[in-house]
Amino acid sequence: MTDSPANTETLSVLDRPNSYIGKTVPRPNLDRLLQGRGLYVSDMELPRMVHVVFLRSPHAHARIVEIDAGAAKRLPGVIAVVTGRELEAVITPWVGVLSHLKGLKSAPQSAIAIDRVCWQGEAVAAVVATNRAAAEDAAEHVLVEYQELEAVTDMRTTLDPQTPVIHPALGDNLAFERNHDAGHVDQAFAASDEVVEADFVFGRHTGVTLEPRAVVADWNAAEARLTIYQGTQAPHMVQNIAALHLGLQEQQVRVVCKDVGGSFGIKVHIYADEMATYALSKMLRRPIKFVADRVESFNTDIHARDHRCKGRIGIQRDGTITAFEIDDLTGIGPYSMYPRTSAIEANQVVNLVGGPYTTKNYRARARVVFQNKNVMCQYRAVGHPIACSVTEGLVDLAAMKIGMDPVEIRRRNLIADDAYPCASPSGLRFEKLSHHASLDKLLEMMNYEGLRTEQAALRKNNIHRGIGIASFIEVTNPSAAFYGVGGAKISSQDGVAVRLGAQGSVICQTSITEQGQGSESLTAQIVGSVLGVSMDRVRVMLGDTDHTPYGGGTWASRGAGIGGEAALRAAKVLRKNILDVAAAILQSSPAELDIANNSVVNTDDGTPRIELRELARIVYFRPDTLPPGIQPELMATRHFVPREYPFAFTNGVQASWLEVDTETGFVKLLRHWVVEDCGTIINPQLVDEQIRGGVVQGLGAALFEKCIYDERGQLTNANMADYLVPMSGEMPDIDVGHVVSPTLESELGAKGAGEAGTAGAAAAVTNAVNDALRPFGTIVTEIPLTPQVILTALGRI
Amino acid sequence: MRAPIPISLCVNGERVDAHVLPRLNLADFLREHLHLTGTHVGCEHGACGACTVRVNDEIIRACLVLAVQTHGASVLTIEGLSDSGEVADLQAAFRDRNALQCGYCTPGMLMAAQDLLKQDAEPDRKQIREHLSGNYCRCTGYQAIVDAVETTARLRRERKS
Amino acid sequence: MKASAFAYARATSVGNALELLAAHGGKAKVLAGGQSLMPAMNLRLISPELIVDIGEIGELRGIARRGEVLSIGALTRHVDLLKSPEIAAHSPLLTKAVAHVAHPAIRNRGTIGGSLAHADPASELPACMLALDATIVVRGQAGERRISAKDFFKGIYETALAVDELLVAVELPGVRKNASHFFHEFARRHGDYAITGLAAQAVVKDGIFKDLRMVFFAVGDRPVWSNAVGELVNAAITPALMAHISAALREELDPHADQQASSAMRRYLANVLMRRCVSTILARPDLDARAA
Repeated sequence: MTDSPANTETLSVLDRPNSYIGKTVPRPNLDRLLQGRGLYVSDMELPRMVHVVFLRSPHAHARIVEIDAGAAKRLPGVIAVVTGRELEAVITPWVGVLSHLKGLKSAPQSAIAIDRVCWQGEAVAAVVATNRAAAEDAAEHVLVEYQELEAVTDMRTTLDPQTPVIHPALGDNLAFERNHDAGHVDQAFAASDEVVEADFVFGRHTGVTLEPRAVVADWNAAEARLTIYQGTQAPHMVQNIAALHLGLQEQQVRVVCKDVGGSFGIKVHIYADEMATYALSKMLRRPIKFVADRVESFNTDIHARDHRCKGRIGIQRDGTITAFEIDDLTGIGPYSMYPRTSAIEANQVVNLVGGPYTTKNYRARARVVFQNKNVMCQYRAVGHPIACSVTEGLVDLAAMKIGMDPVEIRRRNLIADDAYPCASPSGLRFEKLSHHASLDKLLEMMNYEGLRTEQAALRKNNIHRGIGIASFIEVTNPSAAFYGVGGAKISSQDGVAVRLGAQGSVICQTSITEQGQGSESLTAQIVGSVLGVSMDRVRVMLGDTDHTPYGGGTWASRGAGIGGEAALRAAKVLRKNILDVAAAILQSSPAELDIANNSVVNTDDGTPRIELRELARIVYFRPDTLPPGIQPELMATRHFVPREYPFAFTNGVQASWLEVDTETGFVKLLRHWVVEDCGTIINPQLVDEQIRGGVVQGLGAALFEKCIYDERGQLTNANMADYLVPMSGEMPDIDVGHVVSPTLESELGAKGAGEAGTAGAAAAVTNAVNDALRPFGTIVTEIPLTPQVILTALGRI
Repeated sequence: MRAPIPISLCVNGERVDAHVLPRLNLADFLREHLHLTGTHVGCEHGACGACTVRVNDEIIRACLVLAVQTHGASVLTIEGLSDSGEVADLQAAFRDRNALQCGYCTPGMLMAAQDLLKQDAEPDRKQIREHLSGNYCRCTGYQAIVDAVETTARLRRERKS
Repeated sequence: MKASAFAYARATSVGNALELLAAHGGKAKVLAGGQSLMPAMNLRLISPELIVDIGEIGELRGIARRGEVLSIGALTRHVDLLKSPEIAAHSPLLTKAVAHVAHPAIRNRGTIGGSLAHADPASELPACMLALDATIVVRGQAGERRISAKDFFKGIYETALAVDELLVAVELPGVRKNASHFFHEFARRHGDYAITGLAAQAVVKDGIFKDLRMVFFAVGDRPVWSNAVGELVNAAITPALMAHISAALREELDPHADQQASSAMRRYLANVLMRRCVSTILARPDLDARAA
């Protein structure tokens, strides 16, 4: 049973004295990370542990004719060399489809390729040895005979009849197509004063988590139990899937996360080489460690955002946007990723284009096609950067066409702040957004008029600065509508258990997970506030399927909104239970008592009555002194799942101020602003830092990051010298502001914030570059905006 | 010459004697032989800075130095640096400003930041960004780190005067 | 990525190092700072049988003036070059260039000898050596050779060094009166390899170039000495002359194309650098293309 959100007996948690909600407090437990005493899976060692290295295909598409591991097996330190065929006996293949994505099809994928490899980097054999170096040595001695096949590497021609079909059983290379038609798009365009079109191209890129993917799989044959140490964002999902494919019961699998060196969605998926590692442990009956090296990471961590999107916008001279239309094409890998599917990103693009604006006329086609390149799937802000860049790029083009200021056109078309609840043209329901309030705040923060004046003055001296604005909406707190409805065993609810310890401390176990965003802190802040306990007394445990409630984990910006609300509810129950016992001990009534500063106090004057530590002593060790009949319960568990809205939408707006050196094509980022509305803010600093980190990932996409494949399907820049990630020297300072529109779906009122920065940053930068280049009449709608791209657009080369 | 080679060095103030294969790099030696896992491995080609440690008082990339090259040297890892108290104020500034999220780049960042502060007591933000330009962070976007270094520099100057 | 197995020998002297190199031919690699060698080995791009560690050879250290000439030992690290008052006084071009090399932790290990012997066409120091008219001193078991920088760099990772020779020092000749220099490179991020770069040394008197040495890097398989800019010497610098030089430079260069830039872009950026160099050294902003 759950408490109703508006419990009249107690104040809202947001009103409690000494509440941590809304306070910037340092995250607990940072000292060990600061001292280099964290424990990441890549640090782990277990007795008899050995290491696996995967021999990977050098070809994008080839038949495996023969594998000869004889010489390799004889090398010192080698425990085993295992092929896909041999591993098949231990682990079953999977198919990355969900039933609610109608028509999505994909072929079965094995943990290690059998008969055929479909991307350069796909594993063809596993070499297990006493250390990584020895395994790499042995891998060089495994002889694989390949028969090269034609590789499908250009998404634009994958559906042509003469292009080979990667999986003949599927019929063609089309994984998924979605069409959406709302309103009256053709009439709207016909009636528009102007119609503007553009082709938007996005560089494929990847997460580059500083700690690569790492797994230690430990099959204990005596216990018939598999412990998986893995920095996953969704441990219960991994538990479920590992059990399913290894023929185990759920309770035979335990997943432990440890510290995670960055994830951003990269580590929320099921990877073939990780599944192979679990299977190898079962097969070899000892712990196996797999740590992807940097080159492997580039070749096998999911890629994202490889899209080519045609966009159209209709506009009236008075600034009214009449319609949006897109035709989006995305080239994934040869398999749809498991279990979240590689159709979600394109689906999101369709869902989100035009989202902030009033026009109801919207038509979209999105096609997802297979390629012989690395697999692609959800990465921070899934689909949002594409949708935002296309939408905001079109809006700026429309403004340019009719000679209107980009702020003015947005003022005229953003959904009014009092128009809610309402729905987007793609049918998504908005509870309450604040586009106009956010825009107003942004303009004030950045001194928009001042920057325009500065821009005009500098232009006279041939210095070209630009301002780019990007409004966005963001999906957070997803319900089962995202995955569950399609049959995925991915939980959309989360739970928290809290108990009062024997010495008055509070122990929490939560099903959300921590990768550095502050899940532990938000839980402790909420529990401390609700219970009236100081944070230094609160211990949070997470990331262990044996020791936490069942839940979805942290992804799609759901930790605070869903996990936080579960923490709030559990703490409220514990508080009530404590006061019931206190009332019995003190011969008072619960209504006259409260908890503050680690003590039970009088509600009216705050006089301390009994310390929690003392109450705990009595309950645990001297229950003989309690009044008759009392059965104290100092532990409570509550779960929370969003029921009213399938997604809790947030909104925001970003601005970029930059300078384009028109002589060299180099872009200098001068400053960046974000105003974001994520509802109730639990820890302002943590939210702002999520936004900053997210923005910089978007800036990387805008200027630097691209996985460069040649026409043979070879990834040619799989290292950190050639794949350019943003470093400190080129990044601007980022100012963050907020508007607060709490969701009524929970008492906490918190929506998600983790991905907002990434959603709009590239759009703001692209718009700013085009704004800077206005005098030259050039428009660029391709990212990354490298100097070569800009010089070419300017006609200098 | 392929057999393990005896080396003797000082790590975090302690004498260490070991036999190592020539190809073992310092990062792996620290992590796997000495179980000092605070030195992290992110790329193994010197580009990310996660493995930054001090050898003979200068910061270097542990993935680009062979363990055998440190015979007779003095090595300081993040564990030793922390225990010495030399960067306690910098660590506190990082904590208060949330200049770390996942913590994986943090040991290297602290090494690089302290290297700057030892050479320049009054770096401006541009100089801080430049000195840290070889240390990759994916979580913070760098601003909080720059803030924490700037704050520490200011507080140190104030304590001096 | 772990390096393949190799044998290791710590050379006790130059002679000892040369013995080892002679014994193993092309299968040995010299380890100085290791900042280029180690990444290549970790990536298994190379798998030498023997690593000859010259890091302890005292003779290879130090910066010394011998009359007008500045002699720099091969093991002099980038950080030593950067901080050296002798180099700042004698050849400030080098001081400026070294600041662009990678990052502090790399500069604390990387050496000038290693950088020159490695001969990455996108690196800074080889071009500086040409601009400074340096002499590369190498030693083999047969004796010492002195090679002009102009003749030292042969191609990508290819120099005049024989497999059994060691680069022991670099000598920079005396600096002329009225000497000035220019260094700039275009790189995407701090410390990255250059997309296109220019190291230049000049002598200017009364607004006229008396000597001008422009060496471009990252524009081909080795540093490129520009003959075309020779026409700027003892000439009145006019916009027309600059246009002529730009055209000649475009003809002279044959840059490669890679992920960072096409050859057209490299030609274009080289021209930008040439103009900036001239206008900066002569303090004539009217010659800079940006003024247009």
